[in-house]
Amino acid sequence: MNFVNSLLWTIPALPLAGFITLALFGDRIARRSVSRIAVGTVSLSALLALVFAFRFVTAPPEGQAFQQALWSWIHVGSFSVDAALRLDSLSMVMVLVVTVIGALIHLYSTEYMADDESYTRFFAYLNLFVAAMLTLVLADNLLFLFLGWEGVGLCSFLLIGFWYEDPKNGRAAAKAFLVTRIGDVFMLIGMLLLFWHFGTLHIQTLLGAVNTEGHSWHLTLAALLLLGGAIGKSGQVPLQVWLPDAMAGPTPVSALIHAATMVTAGVYLIARMNPIFIHAPGIQHLVAVIGAVTLLIAGLCALAQRDIKRVLAYSTVSQIGYMFLALGAGAWSAAMFHFFTHAIFKALLFMAAGAIIVALHHEQDMFKMGGLRRRMPLVFWTYLIGSLSLAALPLVTAGFYSKDKILFEVFTSEHGKLLWAVGVAGAFITALYTFRMNFLVFFGTQKSEIHKGTGLAMALPLMLLAAGATVVGFFELPAVFGHFTLFSSFIEHTLPGTHGDHASHSLELMLMAVSTAAVFAGIAVAYFIWGSAAKKSSDVTKRPLSRLLASGMGFDWLYERAIVSPYSAGARANAADAVNALYTALVSGIEAIAFSLARTQSGRLRWYMAAIAFGAVVGILLVVYA
Amino acid sequence: MGLVSWLIAMPFLTMVAVVLVPQKHWRAIRWISVVGTGIGLLLTAYITYRYWIEARNDVDFLRTATLTKLYLVERVPWFEALGIQYFVGIDGISVSMVILTSIIIFCGVLASWNVETRTKEFFALLLLLVTGVFGVFLSYDLFLFFMFYELAVLPMYLLIGIWGTGPKEYAAMKLTLMLLVGSAFVLVGFLALYHASGLNTFDLQALASIHYSDRFQWWFFPMIFVGFGVIGALFPFHTWSPDGHSSAPTAVSMLHAGVLMKLGGYGALRIAVYVLPEGAKAWALFFMALTTINILYGSFGAIMQRDLKYFTAYSSVSHCGFVLFGVAALNLMGFKGAVLQMFSHGIMTGLFFGLIGMVYGRTHTRVIPEMGGLAKVMPWLATCFYIAGLASLGLPGLSGFVAETHVFLGGFFGNPWSNTIATRVLTIVATLSIVVTAVYVLRGLAMVFQGPINDPHFEELRDATLTEKLSTGVLVATLLFVGMLPWLIINLIEPSLYPFINRLNGVAGNVVAGL
Repeated sequence: MNFVNSLLWTIPALPLAGFITLALFGDRIARRSVSRIAVGTVSLSALLALVFAFRFVTAPPEGQAFQQALWSWIHVGSFSVDAALRLDSLSMVMVLVVTVIGALIHLYSTEYMADDESYTRFFAYLNLFVAAMLTLVLADNLLFLFLGWEGVGLCSFLLIGFWYEDPKNGRAAAKAFLVTRIGDVFMLIGMLLLFWHFGTLHIQTLLGAVNTEGHSWHLTLAALLLLGGAIGKSGQVPLQVWLPDAMAGPTPVSALIHAATMVTAGVYLIARMNPIFIHAPGIQHLVAVIGAVTLLIAGLCALAQRDIKRVLAYSTVSQIGYMFLALGAGAWSAAMFHFFTHAIFKALLFMAAGAIIVALHHEQDMFKMGGLRRRMPLVFWTYLIGSLSLAALPLVTAGFYSKDKILFEVFTSEHGKLLWAVGVAGAFITALYTFRMNFLVFFGTQKSEIHKGTGLAMALPLMLLAAGATVVGFFELPAVFGHFTLFSSFIEHTLPGTHGDHASHSLELMLMAVSTAAVFAGIAVAYFIWGSAAKKSSDVTKRPLSRLLASGMGFDWLYERAIVSPYSAGARANAADAVNALYTALVSGIEAIAFSLARTQSGRLRWYMAAIAFGAVVGILLVVYA
Repeated sequence: MGLVSWLIAMPFLTMVAVVLVPQKHWRAIRWISVVGTGIGLLLTAYITYRYWIEARNDVDFLRTATLTKLYLVERVPWFEALGIQYFVGIDGISVSMVILTSIIIFCGVLASWNVETRTKEFFALLLLLVTGVFGVFLSYDLFLFFMFYELAVLPMYLLIGIWGTGPKEYAAMKLTLMLLVGSAFVLVGFLALYHASGLNTFDLQALASIHYSDRFQWWFFPMIFVGFGVIGALFPFHTWSPDGHSSAPTAVSMLHAGVLMKLGGYGALRIAVYVLPEGAKAWALFFMALTTINILYGSFGAIMQRDLKYFTAYSSVSHCGFVLFGVAALNLMGFKGAVLQMFSHGIMTGLFFGLIGMVYGRTHTRVIPEMGGLAKVMPWLATCFYIAGLASLGLPGLSGFVAETHVFLGGFFGNPWSNTIATRVLTIVATLSIVVTAVYVLRGLAMVFQGPINDPHFEELRDATLTEKLSTGVLVATLLFVGMLPWLIINLIEPSLYPFINRLNGVAGNVVAGL
């Protein structure tokens, strides 16, 4: 039995081995074997993760976590960082999502990327990503977590810029890396602070020390700095600007990295470090406020996009906003539940969108789509299921249960009423943009030819995820529907429980009714604007407000003016290095002196005589008077 | 002759062998060089092993020592009247620097495989320079130290002036003059120590056992620190480095940026801080501020450079700032970070300059905007370039991250002699470098390797040859190794740093492990 537990390390090691094999021998391996290696390693990881999940439930490990030390990373005096893994229920959920959805996306990619000349490179990066993400969620030490954290950032960079021959993609990739790095600086300083104050970066020891310490300014500051890191990675305001541009990468990448897994690393970080935030209530509230602001801004921006992937990108930002809202309101398990359902339906939506994009020969403009309902029935139905889940259609979709849990717990939290109202408004907007997208793409008249059908490798993940997007909602039912809490009781082995249980059933039903009304209103409005007459609305993007929203509320514009331009202008002006002037001046000064001295050697006798006479007089005067 | 002397003599003997071979057999010359430096590499491995066997039992002793303990010592009187001796040995700091030097020169020789003009002189001078570098890292007599130091600096003038590119005479002159001014400061400092001690010896250990007056230390610490700072690219004395590096031939840039610049950090720590702890305390905050400028100014300077070598040289200025920043932190974490950063930056920048040489050998241009899309035709070189770039922007898992983390922790912890608020603010300012470094690294690499291929000639270029793969592969492997198992090298270094801390604290046995 212990043998299985000791296999924990293979969960991240398998995809890593896949990466190494592909990176070193990729050019000597046939395509078929490349996909076998890539898909095989991740699938094996997924199987192992399922075995661990099963064991977790049937034979819970000691201390509710599987642990395994790997090697000593830095081990000197009291500064020791062990590369050790810890699988508790929070990590378990993350690991399951990363490996299972990761495996499906790998499978999907074998068809999506089939014609790409850099097939091997793609799968190598994808495998590396899965390995890094698993390191992130399994790490037992903040610095080791940071290894995974930066590792996923690197893979995201490599994959956004995957088609590097177009400089636009390279720029998007660099932007993603740099913007998230700004967050990383905060996180790094936060780690310095935590290590300085507590003398350790081992997460469990650290959190134990945090709980005994209670409130202090250190914790407030540390929470703020960690939040900075989380904002960058998870694309929250004001560092959300990179995520929409990240859509430059191949669609499976968007599905895996920029929707289902990596972008939720910030959510994971805050959930993982929850005692710090609990002891810094002001910052925790800030988390909620940032979430609320983000979900609103990103939702509005999604309304004005033409590119189907950008709609989904803004929708991701917005949904992570809900998760932040939940974290900030202390609804820890609700945040993770929404992460869980979102990962499934957003991966589904992205992959279905990818199927459309491939079918239409890389057309991403929704206004050039339309009427695909009949021509691509499978994609239509799976996309619809994903959309309904995103829009949180009551009772039958996973998104409903998770979003409802968040809204309910936000309402019952302290100062939660206003945040709840924002959340409901967000629910309306979500339904609105989701169905705008559906009506534009699948209804109306067909505008583009279909070049290629959807093969099995792409269809299978769609169907599985569509099933998931419905079923997983029942893992967690609200009190009024029987109070079935499989998910939250599992995850609350690790995360603190919520206090909303004392609320009455009538309140719960009432809140549910309000959000349901918002969702239906959103769908209805979308139908009236885009459903009946999809043609006329194509020029809506020309209005100033739409332009503002389409450009992401001008954040890019502002950053360009305020930071990027001045910095590059300054650097360009100083390319020759101003300090050099100092030395050039020194050289010219010496030269000038040398030349003027040289001029005294003129060869004219009378000047020499005069100089000698002058010198003699000065000499005599000095002798006489000094 | 002991092991350490053999290590110093090895490149010299190789040089002699090289000189004896006529130029027409230039192919034999490079084989001799590769074998000679290869033997040096093995010798280094053996010395490291011997050092570790002997030193690991002394960890507890060093915790309470105020003088560093040397191993494999050889001591022979030389000019007895002046108190000059041939005094060599090794400690943890030396050993890490020697490993670095051996790796870089081995890879540097491989990277110079195609030098066809005056091959003999080129390799001879290169090996002479390395003799000097080994000598500096291994001697503990200040006179001997200075002699080797000059031996390392002077061949540079010829190497750049003859085999260089671009405005090479200007660059060679500028570099030599500035470094000589630096070494003049160092020499004055050494002589002052010699006189002030009244011991009539240049023995570093003996000089360090004296307590100099605070006033003396206040004057001479900055003199020695700045003197070494010049070669360590301390702002505002860094301007020789971009010109020098960009004009130098590949192996020379590798060796110079990779190893020679480390002489600065090494000397600042080994001599300035070690012998003059009171001076260090008084000046630490000032130099910390100056090196913070270093770190950011270097990144700022790198971003808009058009020449790939200028680009890398400015990045070196920034990274060498970390070395001196760690030294100025005046605590164990900072010192460790400084030594690690010397090692890591040495390998990384050696790799950078090696790769630039290889790319230049193919494209015949180093102007960044003229390149583009090269990843398609030279995937191996592009991958290595990216790995070096990622190491330089501090990606965890590669060596740069470990070093920078130590340096940042060191700065953040501060020391009792500098205002802690100030050191913390400076550290936080310095951490911004991880963003600005990423900015120029990613931008630069994207312009060279991504995008469409600019020049149709580039389509026919070949990827790395076998020797090039070996040379870059060794360096990449080292970056990864130090990134994943840094404690191996930290354990070599750390015990030798305890005495430094004890000296600063003025109390023996006060080393708080880890801090």
